[in-house]
Amino acid sequence: MSASIAGALLLICRKLLTALIQLWVVATLIFSVMYIMPGDPVLLLLGADSNPSPEAIASMRAQLGLDQPAVSQYFVWLWNALHLDFGKSLTNGYPVSNYVMQNLPRTLELAFVAIIIAALVGVPLGVAAALKRGSTRDTVLTSIATLGISVPVYIVGTLLVLVFSLKLGWLPASGYTDIARNVVEHFRKLALPAIALGLGLAASIARMTRSSVLEILGRDFVRALRAKGMSERRIIWQHVLRNAAIPIVTIIGLQLGNLMGGTVLVEAMFNWPGLSTLLVGAVSARNYPLVQGSMLAIAAAFILINLLVELLYSLLDPRIRRKRS
Amino acid sequence: MLEVKNLSIGFRTHAGLKSAVRNIDFTVRPGEIVGLVGESGSGKTITSLGVMGLLPPNAVVTGGEVLVDGVDILKLSAAELRKLRGRHVAMVFQDPMASLDPIFTCGDQIVEAILLHEPIGRANACKKARELLEKVRIPDPDRAMRSYPHELSGGQCQRIMIAMAVACKPRIIIADEPTTALDVTVQKQVLELLRALNKEVGAAVLLITHDLGVIYEVADRVVVMYAGNKMEEATTADLFAAPQNDYSRALIDSMPSPGKYEDRLPVIERDADGNIRSVRPEPKVKASPVPVAIKDETPILELRDLCKSYWVKPSPLSTPVEMRAVDQVSLTIAPRTTLGLVGESGCGKSTLSRVVMRLLEPSAGQILFKGKDIAKLPESQMRPFRRELAMVFQNPYGSLNPRHSVADLVEAPMAIFSDGDSASRQERVRTLIEAVGLPTTAAQKYPHEFSGGQRQRIAIARALALKPSLVICDEAVSALDVSVQAQVLNLLKDLQAEFDLTYLFISHDLSVVEHVSDTVAVMQKGKVVECGTASAIFSNPQEPYTRMLLEAVPTIGTPRCEKEGA
Amino acid sequence: MILAAIRSQPAFLAGIIFIGLVIFIGIFGSWLAPQDPFLLHPDKVNQAGSAAHWLGTDEFGRDLLSRLLIGVQPTLMVAIGATAIAGFFGTFVGIAGAYGRPLASFLIMRGIDVMLSFPPILLALLAVGFWESGVLSLAVVIGVLYIPHFARVAHAATLQVTRMEFMEAERAMGASTWRVVFTAILPNILSPLVVQATLTVAAAILLESGLSFLGLGIVPPEPSWGQMIGTARGYLGQNPMYVIWPSLLLALTVLAINVVGDRLRDILDPRLREE
Repeated sequence: MSASIAGALLLICRKLLTALIQLWVVATLIFSVMYIMPGDPVLLLLGADSNPSPEAIASMRAQLGLDQPAVSQYFVWLWNALHLDFGKSLTNGYPVSNYVMQNLPRTLELAFVAIIIAALVGVPLGVAAALKRGSTRDTVLTSIATLGISVPVYIVGTLLVLVFSLKLGWLPASGYTDIARNVVEHFRKLALPAIALGLGLAASIARMTRSSVLEILGRDFVRALRAKGMSERRIIWQHVLRNAAIPIVTIIGLQLGNLMGGTVLVEAMFNWPGLSTLLVGAVSARNYPLVQGSMLAIAAAFILINLLVELLYSLLDPRIRRKRS
Repeated sequence: MLEVKNLSIGFRTHAGLKSAVRNIDFTVRPGEIVGLVGESGSGKTITSLGVMGLLPPNAVVTGGEVLVDGVDILKLSAAELRKLRGRHVAMVFQDPMASLDPIFTCGDQIVEAILLHEPIGRANACKKARELLEKVRIPDPDRAMRSYPHELSGGQCQRIMIAMAVACKPRIIIADEPTTALDVTVQKQVLELLRALNKEVGAAVLLITHDLGVIYEVADRVVVMYAGNKMEEATTADLFAAPQNDYSRALIDSMPSPGKYEDRLPVIERDADGNIRSVRPEPKVKASPVPVAIKDETPILELRDLCKSYWVKPSPLSTPVEMRAVDQVSLTIAPRTTLGLVGESGCGKSTLSRVVMRLLEPSAGQILFKGKDIAKLPESQMRPFRRELAMVFQNPYGSLNPRHSVADLVEAPMAIFSDGDSASRQERVRTLIEAVGLPTTAAQKYPHEFSGGQRQRIAIARALALKPSLVICDEAVSALDVSVQAQVLNLLKDLQAEFDLTYLFISHDLSVVEHVSDTVAVMQKGKVVECGTASAIFSNPQEPYTRMLLEAVPTIGTPRCEKEGA
Repeated sequence: MILAAIRSQPAFLAGIIFIGLVIFIGIFGSWLAPQDPFLLHPDKVNQAGSAAHWLGTDEFGRDLLSRLLIGVQPTLMVAIGATAIAGFFGTFVGIAGAYGRPLASFLIMRGIDVMLSFPPILLALLAVGFWESGVLSLAVVIGVLYIPHFARVAHAATLQVTRMEFMEAERAMGASTWRVVFTAILPNILSPLVVQATLTVAAAILLESGLSFLGLGIVPPEPSWGQMIGTARGYLGQNPMYVIWPSLLLALTVLAINVVGDRLRDILDPRLREE
């Protein structure tokens, strides 16, 4: 037993290490991208049209630390990033980390609610379709799911707005209210973006669930269980679904990871001030520190979620949990 | 008691109902083991699934009855059938590992099987499960209870399956190829177990297999099936002593059996009227026979202390230790002879063949090919030797690129070595296709249009394309049916005479090795434990391991294990 | 095989016909347009469908049908160009990742992991935010972003093929790496790649239209469906059909591609074909 615990610890350590290395590579890329991108931030900042004096440029450069060699800039930046210090916004001088800390929870909340909606809708439908493979029910459900993955999220969103806020007037079309200020209003404004995001995801989760369940249903042990005289209902609940749960949980987790930046269209169309809204705004304002900070936050959240998913996966599957020695 | 009366089963296809099994009749009485034997496509597995009511959705029973203690199970509702299954009729499957749910412990699965039909409480069921594991003689039953299927070996998983099958003392046990996936020594243990348990439980056992040796070993009576029809039903002794049906006789004949040397094996043929008969082909003789004297010639291949090691970690935290898949193997093969390399799965015989072919890098030792050491040659200098070395692989479905036509496949070695022009290559392809006994029209077809035996002929034609001197056959006939195996073995012998070939013939099947080999080497855990002429090894084995292997082979004509009083 | 599937499955046939139609419009859209798609009618803004303008007009009074018809071309060109780029480079990166030397394949696969830690739309946003946006740059950006996805599919398929015995047979015959890649690997991983290509076309259309929806893709006055949806969102109250028409066409196109991709996957899947 102690060997298997040690093995599990080693597995966790190795995955943690891989995640850290991945994060470091991503951070390096984010830093270097800012150098590849065209345009001099100093000129942009001072306004190229106003013909700033060379002294002004030089002093701004020194202020931003851009007069240092690139390598030392990189290490200073990395060191600061380790302390969650991503520099100051070029437009108003507020620390970037403040913005990130403010917007990250909003994206997380939207993503979590959407993924819960998606799982609650997608998994049962996928299972229902798989259990009656080839029936009318299966055909109808798979067709709906295919339609679901084909309609882009902003069309779903637009239609939801058209129906629920313009025609029926039940929900606000867009915006954000802080939960501390008005709980009801907060969730009323969360509803439409979360549903718009959740429906498309539900379709893809339903498809994956269906194929996972079908894959398990075709395995030899299912036939062996039937030969044992187990009822079909019990075979499905006790064995098929538990086996299928391993890939399904993984898929849902990976989808959640993708939502860290994948909410961008929904955030834009519903004016939800999340991380990607921050990023889009920063990109168009050429606010480099803010771009770096928000990208790093998105990547870190993604890598962390993936790490958790992988650990969960190895926890669920005895074949990985206890490798044969 | 199990009675199958006039059972017919068909498959629904686009072109209507395709009959798979026609009017099968047989009876299995309590305490009796009836063998259902046939080659692939004979309908034996479909019959067994039909008896369990577990047919795939596209199969339908078109007629007949399956009576279990007088009740026709084909007329039962799903719920009634379910009550019968497991308690009354139990089944053991071919692939034991895949037949267990991977995410539950073996103990849980046995307990579940018991509780399904006997509500005796979890604690009692656990106790009973442990007793069952002792009964199926699994080493360390407590550990097995806690283990997941992937942590046990195939033989142990099959014991778990058998424990589950006998858990509720069923009246009928259906075993579908229960030992096909297992090594010969493990097969012997499992068969003995099945037989002993059956004596105790007194169930009627229906044993489905393609292996006549297994039938001979354990069955009381035999039903022979061919292409969906029953050919013969007889007691085991009668069938092997005096088969009544042409097909049964041909099938028994085409099996190579130890201690009975034959130059060519009889093969099954169908004449113009569709009658089946057994034909023993004459060996092809060369116009100018080469003397078989082998004394003074340098060996084609000589291995000296050849090693192949892998570094593995016994537990995640420990330092890697050396695992020798091939451990100081020394062998010689004389020209125009066959060396049979035999051993159980995991003994390193396939690794050895890959090392000789330099598909894997040897860790130490020498590979002398015609006197020159090729063990450390870089790939560029290895190239001329690749012409001389050819290989025929085990799986005729996997070793041919499915996207190439037969002509492309056979031409490939010549194309790689830019041998001759296109016309001369086409000519050679035609000669080779004829030499391996395929029609010339085969050239433009693709591998999936051929049967397993025909595909193996294509693979052999490809191996011979560059006139190699050494051909390595890695389990080349293991995936084939007995009658097809006989044809391919005959072909290999004919080609050896015709093209002066030397074979390194690797197999787990001792009877086949005895049939084809001049010299034999026995491998165990990476080492060659015994080596000598075929007759010496098989008539007078020196090593205990060789003796154990030989004793484990189910053979026709030797006393059965129970009669030995084992 | 594919012909048999077309005959037996109406959805597959419908999908193919619809895709054919979209491609036809993509090529001949400007000839098919009944009116000048760029002509402004300040007096007929945001009208519903009428005899003069079958599908109505947009916020500048331009004919909606004509704009829909010519809006296909940029989207299609971006999608097809991106798929070609992703397919070509992704396939070879994936094969190299599976069949190359251990160190190279390790670096390739880790690199792919890193690229996959960002959703494509985010990277695309970043790229078009800094660079000038147009059909060519969109195709290149989207194509590069989908290289990892393609490479993953090619990688998995190649790994499966390399485990087959005929790969050993090729090496035993002394075949060069070049020969192994082109005669043994490529033909045998073609089916999953074809399926991935259809899915990539669908994804690229969604991505381009998403960017255009945000106003970062195809630059006005040149229309594209996504951009029209984005603009129409501001006029939901006045002319709801303005948003419905491009949405419907976009969804149907992607649906058709997905249906065809799904069917192709079923047809080409060797496990299903064996029977």
